[in-house]
Amino acid sequence: MKGITALLAAAIIMSTSTMAAAAGIDDPARASHYEVFKGKRVVFIPIAMGFDLTEGWAAGIRSALEPLGVKFDIRDPNWNTDAGAQAITSLIAEKPDAIVVHNPDVQSYARLLKRAEEAGIYVIQVNMRSSYSTDGFAGADYVGMGERIANRLIEKCSPANGGNGKIAIMQGVLTAAASAYQMKGLDNVLSKNPQMKVVSNQAADWDATKARSIMATVLQQHPDLCGGVGFWDVMDVGTGAAIREANKKVYWITQGGGNQAACDNLNKDLYSEVVSYDVPAQARDIANIIQTLFQNKPKPGATKTTLFSPLTFINKENMKPGACWTLETKK
Amino acid sequence: MLRMANLTQERIVLVLALALTAVFAVSLPGFLTAENLLALVRSVSVLGVLGIAMALVVIGRGIDLSLVAVMAVSLAWTLHLVTTGMPLGVALMLGLGFCLLSGVITGFLVAYVEIPAIFATLAMGTFIYGFGRYFLITLDVVYLPDAARSIMWIGSGSFMGIPVPVLVFGGICLLGALFLRYVKTGRYIRAIGDNPLAARITGIPVRPVIVMQYALSGLVGFVAGLVTATSVASMNIRVANSTFVYDVILVVVLGGIGLSGGKGGIRNVIVGTLLIGVLINGMTIMDVQYTIQNVIKSLILLAAIVADTIINPRDEQTAQQGDI
Repeated sequence: MKGITALLAAAIIMSTSTMAAAAGIDDPARASHYEVFKGKRVVFIPIAMGFDLTEGWAAGIRSALEPLGVKFDIRDPNWNTDAGAQAITSLIAEKPDAIVVHNPDVQSYARLLKRAEEAGIYVIQVNMRSSYSTDGFAGADYVGMGERIANRLIEKCSPANGGNGKIAIMQGVLTAAASAYQMKGLDNVLSKNPQMKVVSNQAADWDATKARSIMATVLQQHPDLCGGVGFWDVMDVGTGAAIREANKKVYWITQGGGNQAACDNLNKDLYSEVVSYDVPAQARDIANIIQTLFQNKPKPGATKTTLFSPLTFINKENMKPGACWTLETKK
Repeated sequence: MLRMANLTQERIVLVLALALTAVFAVSLPGFLTAENLLALVRSVSVLGVLGIAMALVVIGRGIDLSLVAVMAVSLAWTLHLVTTGMPLGVALMLGLGFCLLSGVITGFLVAYVEIPAIFATLAMGTFIYGFGRYFLITLDVVYLPDAARSIMWIGSGSFMGIPVPVLVFGGICLLGALFLRYVKTGRYIRAIGDNPLAARITGIPVRPVIVMQYALSGLVGFVAGLVTATSVASMNIRVANSTFVYDVILVVVLGGIGLSGGKGGIRNVIVGTLLIGVLINGMTIMDVQYTIQNVIKSLILLAAIVADTIINPRDEQTAQQGDI
C-alpha cells in the first residue's frame, strides 16, 4: 500500500514539474544576483603588465566579471614599486569596490593594503602574498611547493637513488614571496636530508641573462651537478641555455603559470620539469572570491579567504596536448 | 723609483684585477682553469661590447643612456617580426635600421638641437622603450622562434674552443681601437671630446661627427643585442628599465675613461670589464648573495675612484669644463 502511494505521489510531482518546465519558472536568485554587480568597479595592480602571468590573470578576471556588468581597470606600475604604491594610495581615495594586488615583495604594500580595507575596499592578493593578509588570496602555496620540489629533487638526485646529492637553487628577487616562502619550504625538507648538498644558492633577479652566467660559473665549479630548482620558467631559459652549452645533464625543475612557452621549452629540453600553478584557474579563483564578497557583503577585512592553486608537475613524459595555455585563447 | 704620475686609473684597476685574480686563484680551487676563465670573459662579453659603444660616445664628450633600451627593443622587435613570419634577413635589417635611426635622432638632438647628451639620451631611452613596448611588440619577453635558429651560434656557439661571444667582444675591441686610431672620423671624435670649440675652429665637422657617434653606438648596441638574444634564446625588454646601463657606464669609468671626454681608449674598457668579470665570477663561486655582490661591486668602484683622486689629484690644468 505504502509503495503505491509513493509511486502515485512521484507521478504527480513529475507531471506538475514537466508542466512547470513547459511554462518556465523564474530563478528566484537571478535578478538580485545581477543587481549586486551593477556599477561595481574592480582595479588590478600587477607588478607589470606585458608578461604571461599578469596578462593571463587580467584576461581571465575580465572575461569572468565584465559580462556581469563589473567595470575592470588595470593600473600598470611597470616594475616600479613606488608607482604601484602610489596607484594604491590614489585608489584608496577613489574607492573602487575591490582591488586585486600582485605584490612585488612581502613588505612594500602591506600597510597600504590595510588602509585600503579600512577605507572600505575589498583587497584580493594574487600569487605573491604580502606580510599582511587581506580579504582574499589566490595563488600558489609556495612553502608547500618548495617542500614538494625538494622531495622531487631527492627522488632524482639523492645518493640512495643513484645521484650525488648536489643541487643548485636559482632564486628570483630575494624579498619576493615566491622566493622567500619557497626557500622556507625547500629548507624544511633539505635540512632533514643531509645527504643533499646545496652547492649554489643565488638570486638572478628574474633575469635570464644573469641566470645564464650564474649557471655557467656554477657548472665550472661543479661539473657533476645533479639537479636544481629555479623560481621562474622565463628566467630559467637562461639557466637551461647554460646547462645545454656546457653539454651537461642536470635535472632542472622550474615553475610558472603554465604558459605554452614553458611546454615548448620542455620539448626543447631546456629544463626537465615545470611546476605549473595554472594561471587561468587562478584568474577564475580571483573572480570567484570577488563575486562571493560582492554577494555576501562582509565588512572589508572581516573575512579572509585563501585559495591555494593546485600544482601540476609537467615533464616530457606526462605532458599532454593542452597541458599549457596560450594567451590568444584566453583573450 | 715608481713615478706617481704613471699610476693612471687604468693601471690601478689592472693591478686590482690581477691582485683579485691572484687571490681567487689561490683561495678558490677551479678558478684558474682555462674553462673557468673563458666562462668568466664570456659572462661579461655583452657588458664589454656595450662598454665599447659607450666609450666611443664618452670619449666624444657625450653619454648614451638610451643604449640598453635601443639594444633590447631592436632585438625584441626583430624576433617578434620573425615570429610573425617575416624572413630572418629582412627582420635583422629592420632591427639594425631601427638602431641606426634611433642613434641618428639622438645625435640630431644632441648636435643640432643642442640638448645636453645626458638629458637627450635619458629621454630617448624612455621613449624608445615605451614606443617599442606599445607599438612594436606585445609581451615583455620575446622568445627566439625556430625560424631564427640559424643565428643561435652567435650567442651559444664556439669556435676552436672559444665561445663566440668572447670572439665578438675581441672583434669589436679590435675594430674600435683601429677606428679610434686610424680612421679620420675616429680621431675627430677624440678631438671633439677634448675641446669641441677648438675642434670646430680647426675645421672638423663637429655636428655630423656627433650624430655619427650616436649612430655608431646604436650599431654596436645591436651587435650586443644579437649576442644577448641568441645566448638565452629570448629577449626581455625589461632590461631597458634595469640598472644595466649604469653597469656599462661603471665599466667605462672604472677603466679610466673620464666622463669629461677626450681621454682613454678601448684598453680602458677591457680592463674595467675584466675587473668586473673577475669579481662577479669569484663571488658566484663563493656563493655570495646577489645583493651583497652589488655592495662589494660598488665598494670596489669607490675604492678605484678614491685611489685615482689621491694619486692623480685634480687641479686647474687637469680639470675640464663640462666635467660631470
